[in-house]
Amino acid sequence: MIEFQDPSILPEINTPMNKKSALELRKVNIFYSDNQAVKDVSFNIRRNRITAIIGPSGCGKSTLLRSLNRMNDFVEGARVEGELLFADENLYGKDVDPVEVRRRIGMVFQKPNPFPKSIYNNIAWGPLINGYSDSTDELVEKSLKQAALWDEVKDRLHDSALNLSGGQQQRLCIARALAMEPEVLLMDEPCSALDPISTAHIEDLMFELKERYTIVIVTHNMQQAARVSDYTAFMEMGDLIEFNVTKRIFTRPSVKRTEEYVTGRFG
Amino acid sequence: MAKEMQADTTVAGQSSVLKATSSISLSKARWGESAIKIWLALCAFVSVVTTAAIVILLFSETLNFFESVSPAEFFFGTTWTPLFEPSSFGVLPLIWGTMLVTIGAAIIAIPTGLASAIYLSEYASDRVRKIIKPVLELLAGIPTVVYGYFALTFVTPALRNVFPDIQVFNALSAAIVVGIMILPMVATLSDNALRAVPISLRQGAYALGATSYEVTTRVVVPAGLSGVMASFLLAISRAIGETMAVTLAAGQTPNMSLSMFESIQTMTAYIVQVSLGDTPTGGIAYQTLFAVATLLFVITLVINIVSQIILNRFREVYD
Repeated sequence: MIEFQDPSILPEINTPMNKKSALELRKVNIFYSDNQAVKDVSFNIRRNRITAIIGPSGCGKSTLLRSLNRMNDFVEGARVEGELLFADENLYGKDVDPVEVRRRIGMVFQKPNPFPKSIYNNIAWGPLINGYSDSTDELVEKSLKQAALWDEVKDRLHDSALNLSGGQQQRLCIARALAMEPEVLLMDEPCSALDPISTAHIEDLMFELKERYTIVIVTHNMQQAARVSDYTAFMEMGDLIEFNVTKRIFTRPSVKRTEEYVTGRFG
Repeated sequence: MAKEMQADTTVAGQSSVLKATSSISLSKARWGESAIKIWLALCAFVSVVTTAAIVILLFSETLNFFESVSPAEFFFGTTWTPLFEPSSFGVLPLIWGTMLVTIGAAIIAIPTGLASAIYLSEYASDRVRKIIKPVLELLAGIPTVVYGYFALTFVTPALRNVFPDIQVFNALSAAIVVGIMILPMVATLSDNALRAVPISLRQGAYALGATSYEVTTRVVVPAGLSGVMASFLLAISRAIGETMAVTLAAGQTPNMSLSMFESIQTMTAYIVQVSLGDTPTGGIAYQTLFAVATLLFVITLVINIVSQIILNRFREVYD
């Protein structure tokens, strides 16, 4: 049923990871107690590309995203089955340290959540608790520049981060995640609380960031998925309905449900 | 045909009814409503009037007291013997006794209470929480006289096994039971403060590769710090005002000793002593009661105001 245009995005069971993938999902099932939120989902997330996960509310897209850096560990009763390969290891393997996973797979949340600390300390916090011993000045500057926030805040690095606007706070959260130099950046509807100008800022930023990072974004906004992503996964009721290069999903989807969704006929 | 006619007239009638009542002025005074409002306001005023009456009484009697005793003697004197000759009115021994018990109680209750709060808000599962919280509230509901009795009949004998020269009435047992008494207050108020820290902050910290311990000590507690501090201050103010347990456990000997093994007297215990005795109304001994009560009132009021200020600052953080 699923037709793939690019064979490198097809996962295969019991084979080594494709060199082009940052993450591979193989028959991933996620349960909340007795409810199954994600059913048998398989696809590859390509390195240095932006992969979007779209679908109606409650389709399991956020759940799937949060399973990629083990943020579901904090939900009581959540259980993940199947293989989620990262650097040739299953993220849910027995010996895997979830703290280490989160150091290497960063996350930006739906609502900006800066710490009630200064702008500077928001950025330096992650590296410091993880034993970064060099001067953090350079790292803070670099991260803020990468997040396109440096020029706006360079004169007030020691002000509270809570005084920034919503869009600035979200870019601060992106900078905070980048300061950890993650391999993958997960974004859970990062623009849903922002105005159109701040949204445009963040989308521009994502284009720049994909040169160095692999990005997975969950979004409600289909225009956004079409604009920013290289690959798109469309989910519904926990099933992966279709996964393909974004252009294909939005112009000639293989499945009727996808077409109905992306053209706005439902959802 | 007749039906249609009726329908027509109804429509026409409706519009005329609307016109007739289209005025928005009150057609009939709602007396019931006003009566209830007045009654509720009166009830609310009872507590205001009572507080005002107490404050006026306290201050006027205190002024009378200062006509016969100089404030310098009262605040800086180190001997408190108002009830017998030669009488001396230095309140410091009472303050000292109160402080000894309060500081001891705080040393017990603050670390334990904060640790319980951290455990409850950050580590305990919902099931464990549902057991511990009611138990803590139960602890807070025990009458204080029971704590005093417990200090006298259990804590002091137990302490005697370790420190044989401890007196029957001593500051240490009082500090211990007051510490246990205010612990639920520290634990529940701090727990509330920590739980008010948005989940999103914890998630943000975890997503940066922080361990639970780092998230708790370096994000959650600092973010909830003002609420936690307020809980400490409220608990301390409760310890200062605590009466029954300290009267029973610590005795009635105004004393500026450094030793927690000796009997002391707190401000509250002094008030009990005079109130229960046969001190004649209007005399100087009677007036000391008000002077001490005013001092106590001012101290706890200041602490409560400070904690309220801290709490308000804390609320602004997430607005």
